[in-house]
Amino acid sequence: MSEAVIHDDHHDHDHKPTGIGRWLFSTNHKDIGTMYMVFALIMFFIGGAMALVIRAELFQPGLQYVDPQFFNSMTTVHALVMIFGAVMPAGVGLANWMIPIMIGAPDMAMPRMNNMSFWILPFAFTLLLSTFFMQGGAPAGGWTMYPPLVLQLGDALPFLIFAVHFLGVSSIMGAINIIATVFNMRAPGMTFMRLPLFVWTWIITAFLLIASMPVLAGAVTMLLTDAYFGTSFFNAAGGGDPVLFQHIFWFFGHPEVYILVLPSFGIISQIIPTFSRKPLFGYASMVYATAAIAFLSFFVWAHHMFTVGMPLTGELFFMYATMSIAVPTGVKIFNWMATMWRGSMTFETPMLFSIGVLFMFSIGGFTGVMMGITPVDFQYHDTYFIVAHFHYVLVPGIIYGIFAGVYYWLPKWTGNMYDEKLGKLHFWTSTISVNVLFFPMHFLGLAGMPRRIPDYNVQFTDWNQVASVGGFAFGLSQLILVWVVIKCVRGGEKATDQVWEGAHGLEWTLSSPPPFHSFTTPPQVTDATAHS
Amino acid sequence: MSDAHGAYFIPEPSRWPLVGSISLFITFIGGALLLNQSDAGTLVLSIGLLSLAYMFFGWFSDVIKESMAGSYNKQVDISFRWGMSWFIFSEVMFFAAFFGALYYARVLSVPWLGGEGSGLATNQFLWPEFQAVWPLITTPDMTAEGIFTQFTAFKETIPAWGIPAVNTAILLTSGATITFAHWALKKEQRTALCIWLAATVILGAVFVYLQAEEYIHAYNDLSLTLNSGIYGSTFFMLTGFHGFHVTMGAIMILVILLRSMKGHFSAKDHFAFEGVAWYWHFVDVVWLGLFIFVYWI
Repeated sequence: MSEAVIHDDHHDHDHKPTGIGRWLFSTNHKDIGTMYMVFALIMFFIGGAMALVIRAELFQPGLQYVDPQFFNSMTTVHALVMIFGAVMPAGVGLANWMIPIMIGAPDMAMPRMNNMSFWILPFAFTLLLSTFFMQGGAPAGGWTMYPPLVLQLGDALPFLIFAVHFLGVSSIMGAINIIATVFNMRAPGMTFMRLPLFVWTWIITAFLLIASMPVLAGAVTMLLTDAYFGTSFFNAAGGGDPVLFQHIFWFFGHPEVYILVLPSFGIISQIIPTFSRKPLFGYASMVYATAAIAFLSFFVWAHHMFTVGMPLTGELFFMYATMSIAVPTGVKIFNWMATMWRGSMTFETPMLFSIGVLFMFSIGGFTGVMMGITPVDFQYHDTYFIVAHFHYVLVPGIIYGIFAGVYYWLPKWTGNMYDEKLGKLHFWTSTISVNVLFFPMHFLGLAGMPRRIPDYNVQFTDWNQVASVGGFAFGLSQLILVWVVIKCVRGGEKATDQVWEGAHGLEWTLSSPPPFHSFTTPPQVTDATAHS
Repeated sequence: MSDAHGAYFIPEPSRWPLVGSISLFITFIGGALLLNQSDAGTLVLSIGLLSLAYMFFGWFSDVIKESMAGSYNKQVDISFRWGMSWFIFSEVMFFAAFFGALYYARVLSVPWLGGEGSGLATNQFLWPEFQAVWPLITTPDMTAEGIFTQFTAFKETIPAWGIPAVNTAILLTSGATITFAHWALKKEQRTALCIWLAATVILGAVFVYLQAEEYIHAYNDLSLTLNSGIYGSTFFMLTGFHGFHVTMGAIMILVILLRSMKGHFSAKDHFAFEGVAWYWHFVDVVWLGLFIFVYWI
């Protein structure tokens, strides 16, 4: 680092911008990270409310509360809000908060672009959610936007497409920023194999984002021109093919699955060693396994389309490729287990949620392997079995990882310890209710209940009622999280710098809360001070 | 403007990111209204595009001022390099989606519609008269008698060795001229720098002009339009997005030219120039892909 010290006139180090401008014009990774997290939480509740409309409607057969079109809008927009509004922003928020601190940098590499990545989100979701008030209603053809169904949408179609473009711009800028930050802003001695695993998973996620989001932009652009400019990409009458959309969409869509999950894997790779008071087992194999998962994710997309009518070679290729992802994923699962083996374990809330990820993500992983088998998938396709599968992966897999990260770093962010009793209550109510909510869906799916239909045969009533009870219990449990966070921000037992007895890494060398500009002089990193 | 923290550069709070988000928001609303045939569409879209231009102008002015004031160190320079490279990679992936659509249609879906492989039943039941050929002049729906056809036939395709070959030569030449400009800049030969940059801009403009001529010819004389089925769709979307990128690239080089004329950049320090040059080469490479796969074979 040269001393390119410039204009160092009057700043004392913790000089903060004040007022609303601090947030609107921010160039601070922590403030932007906080905005991301708050935004994600709000969207989590909006998306959750939509899920509860679905569960209320499905409490009994027949049509009760909403008409089928609105029901379809609920399933569609619930997915879009949760994926693009809750999980991804929460992941980016954690990256913003933690990556500069973990690698010993003062901020992200491009702080202004960072702010734009965030401020796009509220506007993009205004665009998307405004469609509820339009002629023809909100998007209702499923979040995957398959043509020709999606083309039947009314005025909402261009708003949906532009919202997707807009979110893509945000994601790509965010990903570029993370890559530039990690590759260029690491403190002296912070070599790649000393990076905390959360940072590793995020670099790989960022590469996935840059490679896949533009492909989604291309796919929805073709939808737009098919709808308004006379092209025939997805119209067989003009020589195109509706299945082409599915190929392009899932070329984005499958890496997207790993974009969602890898940051959570990174978080629990930080937490499990801390509360096992042992270094992470197999650090290098974790890095390589993550990279392998990401690489393979580009060659498995058509397992989402086994029933669409593909040549046999295609079905076989995508089946074997899909199966092969279980190998690096298994490496990770066993590494986490081996990390806990004979550790001095304690079970604070972050650890509970991490163990929750380990168990329940694996359930989702196993059902994933089941559906990766082509002939078996013919049976499960578009049933509640797949709904159970991806919700196990997404909720107690990915969202639990985010919860774990929030509890783990909340004392660092606020300087106060959160209420451990309430945290544990949040974990146990969530864990019981999430299983009551999603486990019965396996039975419903195997029995043949199709997804995305507001009505069902009476034989499915019992398990649907159980699932709905679980759904409302899970929704209510999340209010505990809000309570814990507010309580922690307002005060509480002061946190030490290290916060957790077994915590290692640069973030624990800073004060709690950290100074406004994290590291103003680069720390020297050695093996002893690197990751746990 | 800038704020230094030890060895690091961190910009002060800035309003441009928010202005940018709002401008894009207005632009998208305008575009969507226009597509929904609302009267307000044009106005809203224009406001959005103007504010977007204002954002670019303001944001880049800040960056240029900081750069000229010497606020940027080596580390900032490297961050910009990482940023620009991966931005270009994201653009590559955007084009990949459209190239993928072209290959999929040519290699898989059109032959299937013609009855090849597992497409026999499709062909027999839907359009038994349909023949799979590329370029696809007669779309499946045109072969069904007495049915309203959604797509329009065209006479012939644009031959590769006419305007497209000339345009290939132009873009390749422009790739050379921008490199000459770079060499001139490295030797601090300002006049040569400006002349070569101007030459590059002119070549870019000529390319876009010829491309526009080609489009007019396709629409008026050949009836080849966006509505000509999958051939017209892939042809115009691929060449159209490429043409748009050439236009953007030419505007970027024009800005670099104007800055060079004002005396910006030094032999050692000129990342803006390099970033734009990288972009120009990217546009060039995409064109080669287009020339080979869209026009030639």
